[in-house]
Amino acid sequence: MTVEPAVATTQRAAAADDRGPGTDLVLELRGVQTFYGQIQALRGIDLEVRAGEIVTLIGGNGAGKTTTLKTISGLIHPRKGQVLFQGRDVSRFPAHQLVRAGIGHAPEGRRIFSRLTVLENLQMGGYTRSPAERREDLERVMTLFPRLRERVRQNGGTLSGGEQQMLAIGRALMGRPRLLLLDEPSLGLAPILVQQIFNIIREINAQGTTILLVEQNALQALSIAARGYVLQTGRVILADTAERLAANEDVRRAYLGEI
Amino acid sequence: MDPQTVTVLTQQFFNALTLGAIYALIALGYTMVYGIIELINFAHGEIFMVGAFIAMFFLTSIGFSGSIPDPLTLAAVLALTFLVTMTVLGFIGVGIERFAYRPLRNAPRLAPLITAIGVSFILQNVVQIWRGPSPVNTPQLLTHNVRFDIGAASIGYLNIFIFLVAVVLMVALQLFVGRTRLGRAMRSTAQDREAAQLMGVNINSTIAITFFIGSALAGAAGIVYGLYFGSIQFTIGFVAGLKAFTAAVLGGIGNLAGAALGGFFIGFIEVAAAQIGYARWTPAFVFGVLILVLVFRPSGLLGQPIGERA
Ligand SMILES: Nc1ncnc2c1ncn2[C@@H]1O[C@H](COP(=O)(O)OP(=O)(O)OP(=O)(O)O)[C@@H](O)[C@H]1O
Ligand SMILES: [Mg+2]
Repeated sequence: MTVEPAVATTQRAAAADDRGPGTDLVLELRGVQTFYGQIQALRGIDLEVRAGEIVTLIGGNGAGKTTTLKTISGLIHPRKGQVLFQGRDVSRFPAHQLVRAGIGHAPEGRRIFSRLTVLENLQMGGYTRSPAERREDLERVMTLFPRLRERVRQNGGTLSGGEQQMLAIGRALMGRPRLLLLDEPSLGLAPILVQQIFNIIREINAQGTTILLVEQNALQALSIAARGYVLQTGRVILADTAERLAANEDVRRAYLGEI
Repeated sequence: MDPQTVTVLTQQFFNALTLGAIYALIALGYTMVYGIIELINFAHGEIFMVGAFIAMFFLTSIGFSGSIPDPLTLAAVLALTFLVTMTVLGFIGVGIERFAYRPLRNAPRLAPLITAIGVSFILQNVVQIWRGPSPVNTPQLLTHNVRFDIGAASIGYLNIFIFLVAVVLMVALQLFVGRTRLGRAMRSTAQDREAAQLMGVNINSTIAITFFIGSALAGAAGIVYGLYFGSIQFTIGFVAGLKAFTAAVLGGIGNLAGAALGGFFIGFIEVAAAQIGYARWTPAFVFGVLILVLVFRPSGLLGQPIGERA
């Protein structure tokens, strides 16, 4: 694999060179600009995710990470630029159709259905699937998260924070996504649980799901990702392999809490 | 208690159940719509009224304007009336949502509320133009004379029929919302619309289905109202709608079982008021209860609405 240059302005050209036959792009963002009313949250994002990768998106508060994921999953539509999923421009697709197309999104803040049981939450995750597929995937998810199996009859809202996060990830997996978007899955969890969640993310990836991971926990995210993008005020300011980002002075200073 | 009192109370108990069943059926629509889009659909009482007129129109069109003695024919005609009226009303509800409320989905909350009042005026006026302002007689398929005795009290089969219709519809609704994939989608949409979309739920069709079901139930209430009272008018939706709305708030708006319970509660208040000689005061009693509930237990008898945000 060719290494991408670290500077955003040349990244696009390099990405194009990289897109020869055989490289299977699952996701590509081209100059995506997204607005909330008058406020511009994304100022031209270019990024790509290849099949089987874990790619991480890091950056400070308000950088546009959540907005990027929402733009990909169709909750908001870009005003300019394109979102290509498996080569198809899906910028205008409504979110519910993108689920069927293969995009799973575990949103920021978990957003589980607190007055539905754990089982019902998982069944909702498999909403687009057939009953037989749903049963099969239920088994798979509960094997991945044994805690959820013990709590299937409990209301989602009564779970602990960590359990809710497991439910949010498990629910997204129930749709059998090709691409899984995870927005801060470790937020607010005890260190031991953070480790557990990251292990599970790696396991999900090993089972064949491509992952785009947004994390505040940059060091840990970079440790499981192949590549990463650093966002700042709606722009990609760095794009590189995870290894090199983790070694980058600026990144370490800004996001890994080093002086 | 002397036997005379027992007889009267038994009689009145069944009257209350019948009236309560009608309010409960209407209240369900208020509560379902509120649960999913947080709109008090003030046109809902009018939907019930339109249901009464459609049923009347359908029955007279197919040539039934009086009682039907043959039980098989009666059952067939009733089944057909419910099927047709509920379907038509369901589509009317979907149409109202599509053209009056959906364009305002992201508008300030007052806008759809005022629109709902506008829709209710439109429905009233359309029916007034169609059938005139005076009361219209409705076909009495099952007369009040067909009765059976419990002790000294005599109960109309019509009362029992109306109660059973309401119970069957409510149980079916509960099963649908509680046990099916679409029912789960409705509850998810009510709780967190964005998260539901991320599950693959088409929000627009889920909301449309909710309006369909709520309006169809109001249609059913309209049918039994006509059968029971024998006469309908373009104004019946207003008061019945307000009372059913009270029932929904009483039970806890957004809560299905609460709406059913509230409906029967209102039925009992009305009959009790009449029994103690204050029939003309029933609205005061009913809305007095509404005020008490709003003051002392704003979340209603059964507490948290299904649409409570996560
Ligand atoms: N619903 C909204 N309406 C208006 N502005 C918004 C909305 N959501 C986000 N923004 C703005 O868009 C920008 C990007 O926000 P976003 O939530 O994508 O950041 P983020 O990188 O996910 O931040 P965090 O790490 O705090 O979650 C911010 O300036 C934010 O204030
Ligand atoms: Mg965020």
